[in-house]
Amino acid sequence: MPTVITTDKLTKRFGSFVAASELTFTVEKGEIFGFLGANGAGKTTAMRMLCGLLKPSSGNATIAGFDVYSETEKIKRNIGYMSQKFSLYDDLTVSENIRFYAGIYGMSLPAIREKTRVLLDELQLRNEAKTLVRELPLGWKQKLAFSVSIVHDPEIVFLDEPTGGVDPVTRRQFWDLIYSAADKGVTVFVTTHYMDEAEYCNRVSIMVDGVIAALDSPATLKKQFGGASMEDVFYELARNAKRKGD
Amino acid sequence: MITLEHIDKSYNKGSIQAVKDVSFKVAPGEMFGLIGPDGAGKTTQFRILTTLLLPDSGHATVNGLDIIRDLDKIRSSVGYMPGRFSLYQDLTIEENLQFFATVFGTTIKENYNLIKDIYQQIEPFKDRRAGKLSGGMKQKLALCCALIHKPTVLFLDEPTTGVDVVSRKEFWDMLGRLKKEGITILVSTPYMDEASRCDRVALIQKGSILSIDEPAGIVRAFPLDLYAATAPNTHLLLREIREYPGTDSCFAFGDALHVTFKGDRADGGAGVAAGGAAVAADRLLPWLAEKGLPDARLKKITPGIEDCFIHLLKS
Repeated sequence: MPTVITTDKLTKRFGSFVAASELTFTVEKGEIFGFLGANGAGKTTAMRMLCGLLKPSSGNATIAGFDVYSETEKIKRNIGYMSQKFSLYDDLTVSENIRFYAGIYGMSLPAIREKTRVLLDELQLRNEAKTLVRELPLGWKQKLAFSVSIVHDPEIVFLDEPTGGVDPVTRRQFWDLIYSAADKGVTVFVTTHYMDEAEYCNRVSIMVDGVIAALDSPATLKKQFGGASMEDVFYELARNAKRKGD
Repeated sequence: MITLEHIDKSYNKGSIQAVKDVSFKVAPGEMFGLIGPDGAGKTTQFRILTTLLLPDSGHATVNGLDIIRDLDKIRSSVGYMPGRFSLYQDLTIEENLQFFATVFGTTIKENYNLIKDIYQQIEPFKDRRAGKLSGGMKQKLALCCALIHKPTVLFLDEPTTGVDVVSRKEFWDMLGRLKKEGITILVSTPYMDEASRCDRVALIQKGSILSIDEPAGIVRAFPLDLYAATAPNTHLLLREIREYPGTDSCFAFGDALHVTFKGDRADGGAGVAAGGAAVAADRLLPWLAEKGLPDARLKKITPGIEDCFIHLLKS
């Protein structure tokens, strides 16, 4: 399998504070990669470097083949991003949201028209094309937000706590979408505070105090740390963390 | 200690029904949980009970005081930690605490024993401005400020949202100690697993209460036999079990799938022969073996609150 994320000793310092220290890992194409950590462990800093939004202090990384120092604009064009906090515009309709995001990513008008048709069919939202997003049920909104985040067919999609505060059924439907995207070869890089969701990832990394304290498949991590669940593993690793908070 | 009777609240000229005919009582000293996702109406209920919002209809009292007539008395006797951080960002930790103590006509010293355990954890940073604090520290400061006047009732709106597993455990331990002080606590959370920390919980969705009981009672009321299915490839297993004709529901729960089978409805399984679900369960593994999953396992399990919530959502 080709790798789509490669990092080598990727580090970010703020003054004397090392927010992320020597992160070294790879993520393969089509993999669902869980990126966990205690509050304040350095997840957000790491994610921002990987998305081309924050220049690293040292180390190397390539995202979809592009360098995090010199090719940040190309990175941004070739990744998708979605978070619970920021996704769709409530006061635009379903098709306006699709057009807006596809336009941002520089797709041509004919391509946008075609993509809109395909998406509305896939999501069974054709009758809702002219409905304001705020009027959609949460489950549909989530599906649309996810589809819009990969409207430009990126190699990787970064999902930052995509299921926070979502009801248990919608949360699971969202993971169905994640699986089907991964089946199509999209690499999924996801953060979550729900430890059951860590089990759905192919591999999971757990950050503590700025370093990657563990990285493997959920089954191997549970064996390694003698835990019955990923919650046990996380607790074992993070309970002695020195850095707390965001 | 807290009573709500037929409380309704809508927004946008009635187009959004945030709270629908909600009634429940919280006993003195009880830790009562409002468990539900975003949009369930949790925050609206908190705002009504803390006299910050008027209900459209219905009655409510806190500490025997009417939320409309006695709002001043309620405001001075309860503590409220809103979901969004609402302290003064440009005051330091100590100044914020001092401010809240003064507003409520007390001093930090007078009720220090109540907040001591929590405050000591942030005291080394007492000269730092609240706006510069980490999430976990903000949460602890907000709790101290809500407690400084020794309230009889504590309202905590999603205190653990966005907080990691370790900090969540610590926070619930703190709440347990406050409960021992005799404080009545109404707390909301979107994390179903936190329900077990409460004496009683209301499961809520879209403004309506689905169920109110002790956590154990909610689990006991689950009307179906629940099974956990596992296989080396969980994703494939999920797809196949959903295809299985005898499957009623199948949801992923960590490394296992939780499955119920058809013919097991509480109403006797209208039209399905008795024992239908048990038979369907028995036949699942051979069926899966034919589909290329010979290593699948199935065992009966006790449901959790999240299973119950999902079941209530469906029915």
